[in-house]
Amino acid sequence: MLSVRDVSIRHSELFALRHVELEIHEGEIVSIIGPNGSGKSTLLKTMARLLSPLEGAIILEGRLLDLWGQKELAQTLAMLPQTPHHGLDMTVRELVEFGRNPHKRWLQTLDHEDERVIDWALDVTNLKEMENRFLPSLSGGERQRAWIAMAIAQRPKILLLDEPTTHLDIVHQLEVMELVHQLNKEWGVTVVMVLHDVNQAAQYSDRLIAMKQGTIVYDGPPQQVMCRQMFEEVFGVDVRIVYDDNQPFFFPRAKTFAVVRSVQRYTPTTG
Amino acid sequence: MDGHTTIELQKPRRHPYYRRRVATAVILTIAVFIVSIYSIVTGSVKLSLPQVWEGLMREGSSSVRTIVWDLRLPRIIVGMIVGMCLAVSGTIMQGVMKNPLADPGIIGVSSGAALMAVIITILLPKYIVVLPIAAFVGGFATAMLVYALSWQGGGSAPGRIILVGVAINAVVGATMSAIMLLYSDRVQAVLPWMAGVIGGATMEQAKMLLIYGIPALVLSLFAIKPVRLLQLGDDVAKLLGHRVERSRFFLIIISALLTGIAVSVSGLIGFIGLVIPHVVRMIVGQDERFVLPLSALAGGAFLVLADTFARSWFDPVELPVGLLLSFLGGPFFLYILYKRGGLGAFRS
Repeated sequence: MLSVRDVSIRHSELFALRHVELEIHEGEIVSIIGPNGSGKSTLLKTMARLLSPLEGAIILEGRLLDLWGQKELAQTLAMLPQTPHHGLDMTVRELVEFGRNPHKRWLQTLDHEDERVIDWALDVTNLKEMENRFLPSLSGGERQRAWIAMAIAQRPKILLLDEPTTHLDIVHQLEVMELVHQLNKEWGVTVVMVLHDVNQAAQYSDRLIAMKQGTIVYDGPPQQVMCRQMFEEVFGVDVRIVYDDNQPFFFPRAKTFAVVRSVQRYTPTTG
Repeated sequence: MDGHTTIELQKPRRHPYYRRRVATAVILTIAVFIVSIYSIVTGSVKLSLPQVWEGLMREGSSSVRTIVWDLRLPRIIVGMIVGMCLAVSGTIMQGVMKNPLADPGIIGVSSGAALMAVIITILLPKYIVVLPIAAFVGGFATAMLVYALSWQGGGSAPGRIILVGVAINAVVGATMSAIMLLYSDRVQAVLPWMAGVIGGATMEQAKMLLIYGIPALVLSLFAIKPVRLLQLGDDVAKLLGHRVERSRFFLIIISALLTGIAVSVSGLIGFIGLVIPHVVRMIVGQDERFVLPLSALAGGAFLVLADTFARSWFDPVELPVGLLLSFLGGPFFLYILYKRGGLGAFRS
């Protein structure tokens, strides 16, 4: 569906991609993991054409990404950037209405069909009750869901999410991940997301991509990618992997315990 | 009441600010008319409404007719359109720059126009008739220079535009001061222009403003959608299929155009572009579909009202309206800020 072929990019010293090869198949949930500065967000932005590659090509549904029209692309691919502007003084519904922009010509107004899609997006994200609430009055999780509602009102086939759970507490993280799962299973949306929480990524994804210094070093199902060797190589930490019902989880080993404990006290949910 | 529940169920989806917005629109529309009427009857010669009507309608050369047609009506038209242009321009600028302090001055329109005005009135007084056109060209050219210099790597980030604007404004301002110092004997001529006056407005100017100002204001309605999309952030707007750089360019052009038109006739009237959109935003919320047209009405009415005060309160002396606006508007805005405890739409 979306293939990244030998893409290199030089955004800055820290954020670069080196000869990245990646194939996203229809109907998948793919999570990209890796330490800060490994190029996860850069890769996601490149796939959404927010950055253009120096070398290589990205092909969406058999057509070079550069050849897609701006609105046409937005009808097929939606992305939620890392930290969208949170101070916006508008209602949930108004935000979601923007999601119909790609389907509208210049000066064309929303019609019945658009309203139906907006209602659907609000329904799926469980925001119908709050459609007239202002964004600043929402909790972090509700606001994140509102932005996701806007993205799915575009009716995209593929949805890219850049750290959708960062800055959220555990309940809201779960809410967002369940929503992603539901969008994928019930509505067939292909999802590619960058996640910091590796356990969470493993739990909700069909495939994990591990990145390090701008290259993909691991690519496969969570059960394969989540191994001691990967954590050693990519994150430089020694871990223990345990399985719960075929679901891999990792724990940092005692050697790094002292450090990890202090980290856990402040940010208990980051991987 | 019977049927109460069915009414509740079929309640249309209304924005929480719906009533407030409609009420504001009605009030401002009425205000535009009331202020115009107030302005036409007020002055050193007080007129009654029948007198005004007679002066407007009856042919011939009565003194009332002269006062109405040659003195007060042009001023009202000029004040109204200048106020509208400045307020709309400010609304657009604040939206594009995502900055509550942005006003048309930030992209150099005002300073560019002022420099041309200084050059014409001080160095080339023979060409004083082309002052409006020269001021417009100067303002517009400076805005384009700022935009061009802030271009980097295929785009122009708002933050960069503001910084480049500061630099260009400094250079232009220094040039202006230098000229004024070197020819300090002739400075007197340009001072009223710098303070902002619509006192000498003639019917010719009013007609010119109607011809250029109205189309520019209509054009500004097309700015509503791009401004709203840009407020979501450049990335999000792009992801929604919007051509961000193209519309930013369009918005800067239209804003420079509106300010250029206003400044060319009235000189530097600073306050309206900055404050009117803020006050309107505080009342109707941050939605340019309402803020832009309502700012236009508020800006027009406010400037005409202030101009009427400026010429009637201090009779026989006439205060430049720009001065009065800043004197009264500054404290008024402070009062609103304290009462509301925030910068309205831009708190975050």
